[in-house]
Amino acid sequence: MAAGAASGGSARADTYKDARGWLLLPSWAVLGIFVLGPVCMMLIYSFLTKEFRGGVIWEPSLAAYDQFFFDRGLFGDEPPSIEWTYITIFWRSIWQAGAATLLSLVIGFPTAYFIATRPENVRPVWVFLITIPYWVNLLIRTVSMKFLLRDQGPLNDFLIGTGLIDSPIHIVNTNFAVQLGLFYSYLPFMVLPVYAAVERYNFSLSEAAADLYASKWTTLRRIVLPAVKPGVVAGCILVFVPSMGSFLAPDLLGGAKNFMIGSLIEEQFKGNAGNWPFGAAASMILLTMVLIILMFSARQQAKADKTGG
Amino acid sequence: MPGNKTDAIDVRNAVKRYGDFTALKRISLTIKDNEFFTLLGPSGCGKTTLLRMIAGFEDVTEGEILLYGDEIESLPPHLRPVNTVFQNYALFPHMTILDNVAFGLEMRGRSKAEARKRAGEMLELVQLSQFAARKPSQLSGGQQQRVALARALAPQPKVLLLDEPLSALDLKLRKAMQLELKHLQRETGITFIFVTHDQEEALTMSDRIAVMSAGELQQLGSPTEIYETPRNMFVADFIGETNLLEVSVDRVMNGRAVCHLGGGHALTCNSVEGIGEGAKVHMSVRPERLFMSDVPVEAESLKGRVAENIFVGTDISTLVDLAEGPQFIVRTSNSDRGNKRIFEPGSEIFVNMELGAGRLLMD
Repeated sequence: MAAGAASGGSARADTYKDARGWLLLPSWAVLGIFVLGPVCMMLIYSFLTKEFRGGVIWEPSLAAYDQFFFDRGLFGDEPPSIEWTYITIFWRSIWQAGAATLLSLVIGFPTAYFIATRPENVRPVWVFLITIPYWVNLLIRTVSMKFLLRDQGPLNDFLIGTGLIDSPIHIVNTNFAVQLGLFYSYLPFMVLPVYAAVERYNFSLSEAAADLYASKWTTLRRIVLPAVKPGVVAGCILVFVPSMGSFLAPDLLGGAKNFMIGSLIEEQFKGNAGNWPFGAAASMILLTMVLIILMFSARQQAKADKTGG
Repeated sequence: MPGNKTDAIDVRNAVKRYGDFTALKRISLTIKDNEFFTLLGPSGCGKTTLLRMIAGFEDVTEGEILLYGDEIESLPPHLRPVNTVFQNYALFPHMTILDNVAFGLEMRGRSKAEARKRAGEMLELVQLSQFAARKPSQLSGGQQQRVALARALAPQPKVLLLDEPLSALDLKLRKAMQLELKHLQRETGITFIFVTHDQEEALTMSDRIAVMSAGELQQLGSPTEIYETPRNMFVADFIGETNLLEVSVDRVMNGRAVCHLGGGHALTCNSVEGIGEGAKVHMSVRPERLFMSDVPVEAESLKGRVAENIFVGTDISTLVDLAEGPQFIVRTSNSDRGNKRIFEPGSEIFVNMELGAGRLLMD
């Protein structure tokens, strides 16, 4: 009797498992169609030959990667030499995205901390206020930013009006303008995860630290930051990754000199001047780079969890 | 007025208000050096607020707090030489047990090596040396409790504050920790201020107890004083079990009062200061100071009928419906069964008070 019941139970469990397999199908389909498919397409396209008016010729080629990394190509008679143009753009993208991330952290962390330490009933209001500007289209926000920052714009007018400066500061078409633009584009992605982490933080730990003679600053550094680190890491990734591939802010605020990888990729698919395999190759390199950074940070996190946290 | 250098804590007219709500209504009390002092009261009585004011987590609305003669009420917590054992332990989750205990020492400027060495000694004191390298989450509640204690004691505070530290432990562990705390206090010679709502815990551990209710100090005294000579209704009712009778006072003489019950039955009992002739007050008598008989044997014998006998291990509690008054509890210790009788429910009996057992109370 008991055995029968047990086997019946396990049969039911099996049915349940099978059903669960089928129920997962939609999510696998979504992942396959919208993530895996496009990435595979991009990978394939990056190894094809370019068609001059956009598009590709179905003929395998390493030309796109060759063009990205080498000046005198791998397949010429002379020894290959490195092509620095694109690597420089790439490097600038990492740098700019990193600076924007740092800026978001410096501004976003205190903001998130402030919100998380308000009374519980007003916290959603503050979060809501933070997100309001982001209901406006990114393009419009970036153009408005350019308007605000330009030489005859309100910011410079204000600074000259107060007598702080005599002539306008040139902000537009500098690296800093791009960093500001990226920072502003992705700030909520920093504030929200950090806010979530600080809200979960047990503030009696801060009391315990103060009780054990730690100053406010030491408490923040030694107790609060380690506790909310997962939120900070998540925020940094969420700002850094889209900043890396961003093209609106660099295009509109950075000018031709401050070109970033996103703009480079965008150009390859625009109009007739593009080069699809090259754009695909640059995208693959960007993707690889981001994956390496993510894996590195995940590994650091795991190591910290094992030994210290 | 300068403070007394030999008193650990001197709270003077301390008031704490949150908006319109007054959590502490002008409390003054002195805690002696090397004393195990307990703040006892029901939740919301202000005992934790007072402790947090001493630690520095709550501002003092009015009044002063002195630590060995120095005013500390305006210092931030990290500049006060007192340490706290928190109710939820508040161990730092990302640090090892050893680093948790060493934290306070490091913050006081000891080198990392020195702090760790001393932390190791503290862990030995609470018998947790083998857990030094673990994280707090890998320890049981009782072990975490002991870590919290070691961490708070490590920097050798002048006063140790304990905020209901045993409330999360099960009964057996709690009893063991009560003894351990008492021993630690004697060994270290540090003044302990212990907050609890558990009157039994307070009686077991304390040198002196401050009973608080509704933001006011009700009585301050040794456990024996608090238990045997409660000053008012609240203290008598909150500490241990008690029987209360409404009486009218006829005469007061030499600390003794002659009174009568509603039905006219006369009684003699101990009085307290401030109660005069004609007062309508309560008399309290502890259940263990009563015994039952089938004929009246003392002057203070009250007629009643046994309602129920409840066996509680070491004693039997008998509920008796008094002919002239409420239900009384009579406690008979099992070791006393030779002298004292237990009656079946329904028996008509007399409840007799031992000489001097009854006590009048201020309302």
